[in-house]
Amino acid sequence: MSDVKSARPLSPHLSIYRFSPTMAMSIVHRITGGALYVGTLLLVWWLVAAASGPDAFSTASAVFGSFIGQLVLFGYTWALVHHMLGGLRHFAWDMGHADSKETSTKLAVATLVGSVTITVVLWLGILIFG
Amino acid sequence: MSDFRTPLRRVRGLGAAGGTEHFWQQRLTALANAVLITCFVILLLTLMNESYEGVRAAFANPFVGILMALMVVSATIHMKLGMQVIIEDYIHGAAKLPLLILNTFFAIAVAAACLFAIVKMSFGV
Repeated sequence: MSDVKSARPLSPHLSIYRFSPTMAMSIVHRITGGALYVGTLLLVWWLVAAASGPDAFSTASAVFGSFIGQLVLFGYTWALVHHMLGGLRHFAWDMGHADSKETSTKLAVATLVGSVTITVVLWLGILIFG
Repeated sequence: MSDFRTPLRRVRGLGAAGGTEHFWQQRLTALANAVLITCFVILLLTLMNESYEGVRAAFANPFVGILMALMVVSATIHMKLGMQVIIEDYIHGAAKLPLLILNTFFAIAVAAACLFAIVKMSFGV
């Protein structure tokens, strides 16, 4: 039985598929999910710093406010928005909508355009009003 | 060694049975995340230029504390489930089980640290 097991195809079967937007957005959904997973450490840091006292909080604020910090938060915002829009897309599919080839391709492109747009608008708002 | 058990007997209870529950929990927490994390982003935007005292005052508000605690619980369950699928998809050797255990521990550690901080700030200590 063991050779049967080892010959079994294992996901991901990336090499056998032609590139498509839905495929790319599926991969990006995973990558953003993984990034958000690791990035929860930023949330831990911010909350624990705020709970610890003014010194720890000002250290965290300084790092988050630095150029690198803002860059990381910008990326984290995009990952969050993209993963959220991707999740809403999954909800549509779960309920049996928008799953034709053409519609799902359009939706995949819309997810990317939407996530970039929302992230840029959010950060423009932060830069202008912040 | 020949195994006299049928293939069906050997695989019964080895995962497929829990798939529906996993799927359901993933979607349930996704729905909760969409609402709660949106609240969190709005909170962050309002606190952007606040001082330490301003942030602590916000977290002393029961609604903020409860929403934040709910977000942490929902998000950490969601990320544990998501990373579990990633591990199950890509890791097939001896590292799989330790990674699955680490994944659960990481999610619980993140939840514990966040909840401790939120509760501490809620009670103003």
